[in-house]
Amino acid sequence: MSEPPISRGFHGRKKPEGPTNRVPPGQHLVSDFPVLSAGPTPQTKLEVWSFTLEAGGKLLKEWSWAEFEALPQTKIKTDIHCVTTWSKLGTNWQGVTIDDLLAACGLSEPPAPYVLAECDGGYTTNLPVEDLIEGKAMIATRYEGQPLEPEHGGPARLLVPHLYFWKSAKWVRGIQFREGDEPGFWEALGYHIYGDPWREQRYAGD
Amino acid sequence: MPEIDVAPSKQRRLLWRTAEVKEIIEETPRVRSLVLAVPDWPGHLPGQRIDVRLTADDGYQAQRSYSIASAPEAPQLMLTVERIQDGEISPYLTAEVRPGDRFGLRGPIGGFFAWTSAVGGPLFLIAGGSGIVPLMAMLRHRAAAKSTIPALLLYSSRTFEDIIYREELDQFAARDRELEVVHTLTRTQPVGWSGGARRIDRDMLADFGFGAKLHPKIFVCGPTRLVETVALSLLELGHERGLIKTERFGPTG
Repeated sequence: MSEPPISRGFHGRKKPEGPTNRVPPGQHLVSDFPVLSAGPTPQTKLEVWSFTLEAGGKLLKEWSWAEFEALPQTKIKTDIHCVTTWSKLGTNWQGVTIDDLLAACGLSEPPAPYVLAECDGGYTTNLPVEDLIEGKAMIATRYEGQPLEPEHGGPARLLVPHLYFWKSAKWVRGIQFREGDEPGFWEALGYHIYGDPWREQRYAGD
Repeated sequence: MPEIDVAPSKQRRLLWRTAEVKEIIEETPRVRSLVLAVPDWPGHLPGQRIDVRLTADDGYQAQRSYSIASAPEAPQLMLTVERIQDGEISPYLTAEVRPGDRFGLRGPIGGFFAWTSAVGGPLFLIAGGSGIVPLMAMLRHRAAAKSTIPALLLYSSRTFEDIIYREELDQFAARDRELEVVHTLTRTQPVGWSGGARRIDRDMLADFGFGAKLHPKIFVCGPTRLVETVALSLLELGHERGLIKTERFGPTG
């Protein structure tokens, strides 16, 4: 399709929805926080929750909930963009940055160029490691000052706000560092391998 | 790992196509179906979605995702759209649009929340409101394929008038011994109503649903609150997590 068809009688919103330089192409702003996930919400109890980092099939470190909570905490205020076209501005999160996790393992740099994040419920997502470091991502455990609710990914979710929000995997339990970039759950089902909202990389090939 | 029953479609680029509205069907006071002509439509699986993109004459664009309502066997693609208050696209699609109008469309999207008769059953469908749409594509496919796989739809609507596809569901159920349709109405019920009269809960799922021992393939679609309640109740009733697939409706205004 070369020229998009004009939809007769469609005028869109006359008033601007907000700061348009913060809304990527094809997105619209919402004030609530929609929930999208593929199956039942896991209800993992904090007593059995753990978080692991692995590289090359070897365990680097494992934290219990209490140990994880004792790691350095970082707060971030950021915009989030879901591939289903909603965006939400100025959301407040708290958690542990990937930089601080690596430091807690005694690593000065990541052990491999890609990661696969693994979650309760079997969900996975793949990312280049450079999108996780230097303050760009965290394992978030608080949203707007409150413990993260299960339906929004609690007790902990990956937060990579500069990519479409499916990359911010809910119910995350570990990160595997890998030499290759292998598609995760939605990526294997036709979603984009990288998912940059500013380049509108929604689906494979975009 | 959740079970993936349906092979993902090939990783081809999804092209924007021009859909033309051929027919409009008033389903309920707030819901309309649009029958579309889409040139070179590649086909879809029941349960998949598309993205719609509207373009104003000044070039302004807006897009949203909608479930496909038609079976793959149907000659033309059908969308069913609920009017969302303060929405930007649904008011256009449910009030302004008329036959001959055109808009951008691409898909199909999503291969996880999808069912074909090849997947097998029993097929256990649970819908709230316009969450019926992708499940209706499954039932229409099941009928078109003349499948005898046992199927059950538990469908929650606010009022009798809000039941989408009511007559078609009645017809399906009347002529198909392997299909059962159970309605529940959460706000008001007509005089003599014999269906459910409350929100879907664990007791209702236990009383009317397939038992966990039958390992039904379960699809739940509706507002977040309904989906959360139903999915947790199904787990409590012993259904396998990997057989429960959900789609939660956020605002798709």
